[in-house]
Amino acid sequence: MTNTKALMRSACVGAILAATGMSGVSAQQTVAPASATPVPGPMPEILRAYAPVTAERLKKPEDGNWLMFRRTFDGWGYSPLAEINHENVSRLQPVWSFATGQVEGHQAPPIVNNGVMFVATPGNQLLAMEAKSGKILWRYKRPFPEDMTPLHPTNRGVGLYGDKVYFAAAEAILVALDAKTGKEVWTAKVDDYKKGYYMSLAPLVVEGKVLLGASGGELGVRGFLAAFDAETGKELWKTYTVPAPGEPGSETWPAGGDHYKRGGASIWITGTYDPETNLTFWGTGNGGPWFGDQRPGDNLYTSSVVAFDATSGAIKGHFQYHPNDSWDWDETSPPLVLDYQRNGRTVKGLVNVARDGYLWQLERTNDKINFIAGQPYVRQNVFKGLDPKTGRPDIDEARKPGTNKTAEFCPSLWGGKDWPPVAYSPQTRLLYIPANDNLCTELTGEAPKYVQGERFMGVAKNVMKMVAGADHIGELQAWDLDSGKKVWTTNLPSFNWGAVLATAGGLLFAGGTNDRKFRAFDAKTGKILWEFPTGSGVAAVPVSFQVDGKQFIAVQSGWGVDPAKMQSRMNLIFPGEYPDVPQGGAIWVFAVN
Amino acid sequence: MAISVLGLDLAGMPALAQPTSERPKEDDFLVAIDSERGDPLELKHIPVGGPPVLAWPMDRATNTVRKDSRLNKIVLVHLDPTTLVGSTRDRAAEGVVAYSAICPHAGCEVNGWAAEQQILECSCHYSHYDPREGAAVLDGPAPRALPALPLKIVDGKLAVAKPFTSRVGIVPT
Repeated sequence: MTNTKALMRSACVGAILAATGMSGVSAQQTVAPASATPVPGPMPEILRAYAPVTAERLKKPEDGNWLMFRRTFDGWGYSPLAEINHENVSRLQPVWSFATGQVEGHQAPPIVNNGVMFVATPGNQLLAMEAKSGKILWRYKRPFPEDMTPLHPTNRGVGLYGDKVYFAAAEAILVALDAKTGKEVWTAKVDDYKKGYYMSLAPLVVEGKVLLGASGGELGVRGFLAAFDAETGKELWKTYTVPAPGEPGSETWPAGGDHYKRGGASIWITGTYDPETNLTFWGTGNGGPWFGDQRPGDNLYTSSVVAFDATSGAIKGHFQYHPNDSWDWDETSPPLVLDYQRNGRTVKGLVNVARDGYLWQLERTNDKINFIAGQPYVRQNVFKGLDPKTGRPDIDEARKPGTNKTAEFCPSLWGGKDWPPVAYSPQTRLLYIPANDNLCTELTGEAPKYVQGERFMGVAKNVMKMVAGADHIGELQAWDLDSGKKVWTTNLPSFNWGAVLATAGGLLFAGGTNDRKFRAFDAKTGKILWEFPTGSGVAAVPVSFQVDGKQFIAVQSGWGVDPAKMQSRMNLIFPGEYPDVPQGGAIWVFAVN
Repeated sequence: MAISVLGLDLAGMPALAQPTSERPKEDDFLVAIDSERGDPLELKHIPVGGPPVLAWPMDRATNTVRKDSRLNKIVLVHLDPTTLVGSTRDRAAEGVVAYSAICPHAGCEVNGWAAEQQILECSCHYSHYDPREGAAVLDGPAPRALPALPLKIVDGKLAVAKPFTSRVGIVPT
């Protein structure tokens, strides 16, 4: 009854509004549907002049642009802009801010092409902004299917090519939008969300192909990387990261079962690319279910880096960071394409800072990934050592949880570093790691039953712990990859989920802590040079860009998803000391005046 | 009849309601979610101090288990009755409290248990609820407390005393 009344009331309000609109001045006052772009008007000059993105521009972006997730295919997260430097960064000030209208975890880097900024947010939303002023150019919002709520409500940004913007909608649909209007040009089904697939990553555009994978390692999916024609949306190839029976690697799964169909190894962070070999490197997630004793074997290609031929999708090499994952250590961060010195020679390298707590230095070739070195960068008590030739870890079985078997291990299931990208500066030749030390997890498994679209993890118990006597968790670390030595560590006031931006101004920028602060660090020493508290917590990828000769720093604020989960877990250990960090997203843009 | 999916409560429309998916009614018994035989739960089946037990409501007259709507999932916790606060004490049956097991944030199952602190945790985004005080949100993204399901004891078995105290699942915006 009450519902009926309420419905009638709202119907009346609707009628009045409609009537007002009818008697109004012009048709332009019509209220736009929530999911559409703003009322069409004359196209702003900056959009009319939109510079198409070419394969060449993606390989060699102009200094002032940030055209993809990590700016360059090598994944460095480095901007060659130097106007903002350690001399003037103390005068860094907000230039504009813009509320996204969304809660949950904001993680996407603002992608900037000649002054046009594209910002993906939770809620299947994409905003096009004038980068220097913060004026909105268009807004795209795509309704979720009524029966879908993404397990990780976030989005990590867009890819650009030609005059199109590529957006991975949560329901496993790839959307190509017209960069000038925000209208859909085509959509392509990447996979079926009803089977547990969902997407949050920024697509990677390589030579006219849009590459992406999907999440779902907690929902019994089989991971993959797929490529779509950037112009038409046609699927060009799809390569599964768990082999089917008979395919290479299938011998690392139990024979005769269905394990491979729900084996996980999902891809949910944008990969890197080496134009020289046409290989693209992607990290894969945990195996499914979580506990390895339910899928005996190494389980390729879970918790691995996989090299794919960008043209055909063929697998051209892999390195598994740890076999038979049982710790929820997704290794979805791709390796940086990065050369370093070792034993007097230059190694054409791949470098990854893994969730398993190890810093891995590998070698890339045309058809193989070789192990060079690996060492812990945080407290790690699971590996007793590495095989010096293959890098295969010797696992301490007492630290490996299983079905009805409890084990405590460090780092925690969120790892020494979860998804937030590291950065590398060619200026300092240092690698910068946003790390979490001194956290551990106690896990107990149970046998889960598979129900399509439901969680398929098999977790009976999951407790986060802090090492007794530890005085901090979050760190920013700097490593010299030539010597394999850590150069400095800066401890942070809380745990750290701060993706790192390095700039030619000798600076690093990162948020990641629970005090809403966004910071600038001296890239040589790690000293904090500047900080600013935003409205919410910063757990997004920062970028730098230039418009009209002026350098800007941009980042989204908007706490949620895993940092919020870690905050809840810390509040269990220290009741009342870790209150909720306020939610609510905003874009922030800073400059020195 | 799939009238509710992923926590979105579309069951306000009586025409769609079937006995197997109707919300728990007064005098319903409760059966463990993984129970094959469907024996009604008794006090002794709910361990004191946790962990919680997940259950479905069951029509007492027909033994129909109302498991066709996941919004009917119930989480039962057995606590020291002297620690229960306010109306939670009135809704409990000898220390056993019952709540909707569907988190109002994203519709995930609330089946986690922080044993030391004796609080409920959503399995997806770690919202925490105090079962002693109406499943009030302690922290996390949940927008409101879990709906409570008042209980009583009938013939030594746990039974529903009154319907859910509020709407279950996600409230559409």
